[in-house]
Amino acid sequence: MILYPEIECADRQQLHELQSKRLAETVKRVYENVPFYRNKFKEKGIEPGDIKSVDQLKDLPFTTKIDLRNNYPFGLFTVPQTEVVRIHASSGTTGKPTVVGYTRHDIEIWAEVVARGLTMAGVNKDDTIQISYGYGAFTGGLGLHYGAEKVGATVIPISTGNTKKQIQFMTDFNATVLACTPSYAAYLGESILQSGMSPEDTKLRVGIFGAEPWTDEMRLQIENLLKIKAYDIYGLSEIIGPGVSMECECHCGNHVCEDHFIPEVIDPETSEVLPYGELGELVFTTITKEAMPLIRYRTRDLTRLYPEKCACGRTLVRMEKCLSRSDDMLIIRGVNIFPSQVEAVLMEMVETSPHYQLIVNRENNLDILEIRVEINEHFWSDSIRELEKIRRRIDRNITSVLGISAVIKLVEPHSIERSEGKAKRVIDNRTFKS
Amino acid sequence: MIIKQLSVFLEDKSGRLTELTWILAENDINITALSLAETADYGIVRMVVGRPDLAKDVLESAGFSVGLTDVVCLRMPDKPGGLYAALRILADNDINIDYMYAFSNNGVALAVIRAEDINHVIDVLQQNKMELISQSEIYQI
Repeated sequence: MILYPEIECADRQQLHELQSKRLAETVKRVYENVPFYRNKFKEKGIEPGDIKSVDQLKDLPFTTKIDLRNNYPFGLFTVPQTEVVRIHASSGTTGKPTVVGYTRHDIEIWAEVVARGLTMAGVNKDDTIQISYGYGAFTGGLGLHYGAEKVGATVIPISTGNTKKQIQFMTDFNATVLACTPSYAAYLGESILQSGMSPEDTKLRVGIFGAEPWTDEMRLQIENLLKIKAYDIYGLSEIIGPGVSMECECHCGNHVCEDHFIPEVIDPETSEVLPYGELGELVFTTITKEAMPLIRYRTRDLTRLYPEKCACGRTLVRMEKCLSRSDDMLIIRGVNIFPSQVEAVLMEMVETSPHYQLIVNRENNLDILEIRVEINEHFWSDSIRELEKIRRRIDRNITSVLGISAVIKLVEPHSIERSEGKAKRVIDNRTFKS
Repeated sequence: MIIKQLSVFLEDKSGRLTELTWILAENDINITALSLAETADYGIVRMVVGRPDLAKDVLESAGFSVGLTDVVCLRMPDKPGGLYAALRILADNDINIDYMYAFSNNGVALAVIRAEDINHVIDVLQQNKMELISQSEIYQI
């Protein structure tokens, strides 16, 4: 079923006109209210009235995560606090989180785009949806929640963790839809089998999975384990949260809600816009957001765009599943992790930052983060009690900064592999290549 | 009476201790006493060796993480109650032992002891007529 056929199956020319009108309004809005954008536009000699068509998007300046940090926390808001009804936050590259704000209208748009996505996956008011994404500052839980209520489904807002309770609620409350990270879905599937039950003991039929990269192989594995149809949902808090794009039953890429978010793919080195079908960095411009519109936000996700009409009837552009990034951000158990956050923690503890390395493995469908820290003369002891004290302190500080636990291993100096004198910071042993 | 003990941080991987002893052998350094403390991920080798400064240099240039720690070496009669007598004295003087390792053979028992204030340990033991071994003596053993 298609929730808003007039938009989702719109004539591309009509969509182009709608986007142009909304882009012009957004440019005016940020120019008038955000000094950061006003300065950037002036540098490029752009007056708000100059932008009349979405074809001019390529002339506008980019926005990066660093810009968000430099304007922390509310510097990019275009409305006073009285208009802001919600704040969410996700990991930043260092100490400061990435903050986003929503007006009441923004929350409505968010619910609408998630509802569109859920409808694509065949979810409707007859369904009961178990939302096992984290509720809180993370956009996953509440994003899915409002969308699910919008389609009229019954929501079980169980959030993450406590697998036993998850299985009990799912069976006792007749959940038909599961929304969580794909790795947690696989873990739940195996836990159901281990508990002596079978997937047929649940009423599950659909899975809405996102917030981390996953392959088609994983889709098959999860579909077999849980006896469901699995769909990819994509989003990032900077743009709105989950619901920026969603997969239909054709599984040929995610349909981007282009009437709200305009996607571009650029060469991450030269910043030039690439033609449809070429792999590059995904860039979004929000054209309906009120509280915090972003112009050409560089997501660092690598993907391709396909403009051909889909077999499902939708004309909205499709983006390939994002499996890699143009920066060093890792997504572990749905949480964004930057190696620089680990460095900041270590720097705070010892004067000279020791060499470190992040190693990510997937064991029993759960991501395990191991952090190796080379001991050095600044923190050395021949007493195991002292070394363990150091290790536990690193452990505590890392957990509180990253928001997920990690296995901390102390290793010998020079044991971390260097290339051209620089320690290799990340080894990701998970395979996302399809 | 302070003895410089060599402490080496070792990752838990096979062959690392062999490598260490090979480097000492190549440099003609004798090991008098050795103990290995381990956790799940790493271990610390503590050794009393001839020429500890040289040993530290050669091991560090081979990439090992090495420290020198002040310890005392106590000689006791090899009979029941020998160790107790020494530990009783330390306990009565509120001295907390961080770690120790000991061995006895042919009527002589030796213990390497590490505590925070090693000079205080030496004073207390000597006042109580306990027999300590000096660095130069170690090299004869």
